[in-house]
Amino acid sequence: MNTMNNKKFMMIDGLPVAIEGEKNILDVIRKAGIDLPTLCYYSALSTYGACRMCVVEGKHGEIMASCSTPPRSGMEIKTNTPRLQKYRKMVLELMLADHCRDCTTCDKNFDCKLQELAQRFGLKKVRFEPYSIWDKTDNSSLAIFRDPNKCIICGDCVRMCSEIQNVGAIDFAHRGSKMEVTTAFNMPIAETNCVNCGQCAAICPTGAITVKNDLGPLWEDLHDPNVRVVAQIAPAVRVALGDEFDIPRGTNVMGKMVTALRRMGFDEVYDTATGADLTVIEEAREFIDRLENGGKLPLFTSCCPAWFRYAEINHPELYDNISSCKSPIEMLGSVIKERAKQQETGKKPKKTKVVAIAPCTAKKFEIKRDEMQYEGEPTVAHTITTIELANMIREAGLRFEDILPEAVDMPYGIASGAGIIFGVTGGVTEAVIRYVLGSSARDHIADISFTGVRGFDGLKEVKIPYKEQELSIAIVSGLKNAENLIQAIQSGEAHYDFVEVMACEGGCIAGAGQPFVLGRAKPERADGMYEADRLSNVKLSAENPVADALYTGLLAGDKAHHLLHYK
Amino acid sequence: MDNKELYQQIDEIINAQSSEKPIVAILQDIQEVYRYLPREAFDYLSEKLGVSLAKIYSIATFYENFSLSPKGKYVIKICDGTACHVRKSIPILDALRKELGLSGEKNTTDDLMYTVETVSCLGACGLAPVLTVNDKVYPAMTPEKAIELLGELK
Repeated sequence: MNTMNNKKFMMIDGLPVAIEGEKNILDVIRKAGIDLPTLCYYSALSTYGACRMCVVEGKHGEIMASCSTPPRSGMEIKTNTPRLQKYRKMVLELMLADHCRDCTTCDKNFDCKLQELAQRFGLKKVRFEPYSIWDKTDNSSLAIFRDPNKCIICGDCVRMCSEIQNVGAIDFAHRGSKMEVTTAFNMPIAETNCVNCGQCAAICPTGAITVKNDLGPLWEDLHDPNVRVVAQIAPAVRVALGDEFDIPRGTNVMGKMVTALRRMGFDEVYDTATGADLTVIEEAREFIDRLENGGKLPLFTSCCPAWFRYAEINHPELYDNISSCKSPIEMLGSVIKERAKQQETGKKPKKTKVVAIAPCTAKKFEIKRDEMQYEGEPTVAHTITTIELANMIREAGLRFEDILPEAVDMPYGIASGAGIIFGVTGGVTEAVIRYVLGSSARDHIADISFTGVRGFDGLKEVKIPYKEQELSIAIVSGLKNAENLIQAIQSGEAHYDFVEVMACEGGCIAGAGQPFVLGRAKPERADGMYEADRLSNVKLSAENPVADALYTGLLAGDKAHHLLHYK
Repeated sequence: MDNKELYQQIDEIINAQSSEKPIVAILQDIQEVYRYLPREAFDYLSEKLGVSLAKIYSIATFYENFSLSPKGKYVIKICDGTACHVRKSIPILDALRKELGLSGEKNTTDDLMYTVETVSCLGACGLAPVLTVNDKVYPAMTPEKAIELLGELK
């Protein structure tokens, strides 16, 4: 019975289910179509077994956490007995007893796992009084907001921060009922080694860590007749925004988004992918210059602000290895600001403010950096995330599913496919390879895509021919993977000429400002990006007519370096 | 505190450990020397061991035995395990606190001479009520004997 066709089976609620290498019973149960609740389990992180929501009952009435129990052939478990129902309800009740329950004003309202489970298990009453001292919130960071009153000590953020991102800005402190998730010495998070990647907020099941909401000042500018508000949309946003409106995953909703932005009062709407084309051109030129003239190698990309911050804090010795290029958002922002200045007419010209719509929380930090200013003020005035944009659309009452798509504005309305794929891990590299190979790349787009640049491995290695030599390229996403690579390079174990780093695993499509994706939706979003590339008639950044016009016009002379580089 | 001296001390402690560099043992050794864990030690350790500051803080705050604030020259631990408690350890604690002007929140004198704290069990129940001063055991205490002991320490 338990070894049908030599396969291993276990009994779940009286039905046989095959064990196919799952590391815990939970995965087997979920495979069997039962959505067992969890608050602290993610297959990408280590197993913690703290929330006790995934408990199951064994043959002899023993209760075990399914996330931390390996499956055995012949095992018999039940997932929904009176005891388990009571047990789960009690766990939820205890969690809620010590939880700030101001749901209506919480950023995570309707998107909160604790709320969802309380609903699901029909919890109507909490019998216990809260007992902990209600800690102060932490508003110090530009990217995230911490409210310890909503923390359920599941530790998802702690494991994300240390295991995936190798940062460890937050951890547990104290013990027992006094335990909390906090920074060392309760420092404001902005004063720690936090890199603003926001993945802690993305994985937090409650509202204990949320992405900073910057919509207030943006709405003010949109309603101010003296401000010309210019939006630019980062590549990865277009394939994720649809998730918020029940549009199939990975669908490119760029056109609808453009229309929605116009309706909400944005004066002009551009595509950050055009800025990415400038980044490809500048970065590839820098790369070739270093190759030809014996500059410092490997060249590390600089467009990911969380990676940039990570390197700044942990690897100051890499300063000269990191590209001097600004990020696509900052490059396009500088161009928009410069053009606005040149076109200013009348006594009181409208003030131009650039708004970046990004999948990223670290951009909220990047735009405030000293290096990213234009004539004494931030080049980009606001950064809002994909989720914030979805909230704006809902607030404005626009029925997104019914909106008809429109095209972005000229003159920066053309982006190459190379610029668009910036939003997925390996995209920058693929774009730079196309540039380095020059016009011959046009016939080899498909070949390049098979060199190993695509896919979701934490570390990808690519070799491409360049003149007489072979160039060695590494692509990493996730800062832990980046750290391992840096260690390998510095110990002499590995040698590369070019290294692309994206802080979030999978690249910007899995950014913390996007609808949450850990372990799902990444392939669909990547497909959406590559489809946009296939459909674009310009494949090479260097062949983007907008870039061409810019280099002979607005960026002529030393303007290009001045506007597009931070050092 | 002279950080250079602190760092030298920490280096010695780390080097004396096995290659696995157990953090708890290192923290214990630092506390042994300084009677508490100085703030500056955390930054230095974090860098030296390649462990995040928050993780070391996590470990240091998990164990009751680690102190983040300076302790007195004489650390008096009054056992309040079941055996000592029923044989009236609390009046001893109260007497010592009253004599030294300490309380539940403030357990070290301003001159950094005395620290008074309770422990759950010293494992010397036959000698109850018991207290230790810098790990030396004093059995069968009374409030009067405890005050007398303070005088002897000076």
